Amino acid sequence: MDEINLMEISKLDKSFGGLSAVQDFNFQIDENELVGLIGPNGAGKTTVFNLITGVYKPDNGCIMFKGENLVGMAPYTICAKGVARTFQNIRLFNDLSVLDNVKIATHKNVPYGLMSAILRTPGFYRGEEEIETEALKYLEIFNLKNKKDELAKNLPYGEQRRIEIVRALATRPLLLILDEPAAGMNPQETQELMELIRYIRHEFNLTILLIEHDMSLVMGVCERLYVLDYGQIIAEGTPSEIRSNKRVIEAYLGEDVG
Amino acid sequence: MQKVNNKWIKLGVEVLILAALFTLVQYLITAGLLKQYYQISLASMCINVILAVSLSLINGFTGQLSLGHAGFMAVGAYIAAIMTNMLDLPFITGIVAACLGAGLAGFIIGVPTLRLKGDYLAIATLAFGEIIRVTLQNIDYVNGPAGIMGISKLSTWSWLFGGAIITIVVIVNLVNSSYGRAIISIREDEIASELMGINTTKYKVLAFVVGAGFAGLAGALYAHYFYIIKPETFNFLKSFDILVMVVLGGLGSTTGAIIAALFITALTAALQSFPAIRMVLYALILIIVMIYRPQGLMGNKELSMKIFGRIWGGRN
Repeated sequence: MDEINLMEISKLDKSFGGLSAVQDFNFQIDENELVGLIGPNGAGKTTVFNLITGVYKPDNGCIMFKGENLVGMAPYTICAKGVARTFQNIRLFNDLSVLDNVKIATHKNVPYGLMSAILRTPGFYRGEEEIETEALKYLEIFNLKNKKDELAKNLPYGEQRRIEIVRALATRPLLLILDEPAAGMNPQETQELMELIRYIRHEFNLTILLIEHDMSLVMGVCERLYVLDYGQIIAEGTPSEIRSNKRVIEAYLGEDVG
Repeated sequence: MQKVNNKWIKLGVEVLILAALFTLVQYLITAGLLKQYYQISLASMCINVILAVSLSLINGFTGQLSLGHAGFMAVGAYIAAIMTNMLDLPFITGIVAACLGAGLAGFIIGVPTLRLKGDYLAIATLAFGEIIRVTLQNIDYVNGPAGIMGISKLSTWSWLFGGAIITIVVIVNLVNSSYGRAIISIREDEIASELMGINTTKYKVLAFVVGAGFAGLAGALYAHYFYIIKPETFNFLKSFDILVMVVLGGLGSTTGAIIAALFITALTAALQSFPAIRMVLYALILIIVMIYRPQGLMGNKELSMKIFGRIWGGRN
């Protein structure tokens, strides 16, 4: 079997005013791959995520996902096609319970109609039970089931980060995009997170793209890396290739590696 | 099984309480024991509950600040009055047409304005509310500024009470469903909501249309209780009155909106002979609530049987 490109991005450009944030960005990811996007602060990594998920419209270029161009689609349509993401600066629904946060992400597959909800038909109760079972299943994987009734804003930082992943997972994505999932976590939490990422990828047959600053996480978990600097890809390859790439060392890893 | 039983018991108790309340008032009215003054207050309470609950769907749950609710009420009032008074159609036709007409007005106004956020949306809806009022003032068919007079008094206690209950049931059921969660997620974080697969524009418009439709119902009931409707009745101050109820009750709480609507209507009625004091007191209450309880009386919590159950359980 040929490996299929799940997503292929070509010649993506985006500038804000006079500042070019992303330039001639080319990228591909195959089904079931786990790819990392790294680069110094301000390199344009999150901008790339925002372009893929439809938050920003690119000036140029195309983003092919399963043979369809995502450029110009609304974020919710892109989500419906199977791309889900987390946010670098956590964006949970703060005043809602953890369970509701996850339930909201299942809404695009809502199993009953609006009229059924208003008239409280048996289908509504069945559907609500399905939604709850599914949401709890995801929370269980991330060991958050006992926190289901807490307000999202009352949880510690690390748990909020995990709920973000659970919520993205609940949209049943094909491609999961994680924006610095380990930010603010201690080494042990990061280690656990790595194992979880490997587990969900296998369990849900996911393709994962992640941005991370934590080098141990990136090098340990990713199969392939792209390095972004000043909005341009400066290197691509396996972690060991990247580790010894001169341009990368100059631009990013600096003397720490030397 | 236990769960199913609880559901039916809860529903049974609720229906029983409401039926008892309805029958009691109905009996008092037919027996002539309820003074005109109290009857008017009860009618106003029902109408204001419909207005506050429907606006709380838009302002409280969807988080879209709308200041044009009286405009939709006006659309409903005029459509219903035209149907019954001028076209001699039955009251129910007038009510249905009022809801649909106001809902349609909500759609027409919502689609362009709901792209706007916060203050901008508030100003746009305020302007649209005024446009509706000024338009009515300039249509000769409905007598311009003089309004429609001599509307038959068709809003009986059954219609008023039934209208309020239907509004509450529909909006509570909507809010407590996956559709409601989608609507609430817009209030919480619109960008995250959109990226979790929710068509935020669609749900904002949905909430706006449903809210406007029920404002139309309130308008229809109002027109057929107070005989007379004038464009001036549905001015900005009326929208503001409804907004105060929602804010006082707590944004995102249906029971809060109901309690605040009942309280403010009762207060207004009690202080009718002292209009000057009324406005001062009104302002004072608002200031005090905003200082000591900025989230409103109920916050975003609901007063439910569960709480009573807990109190009961605690005593045993």
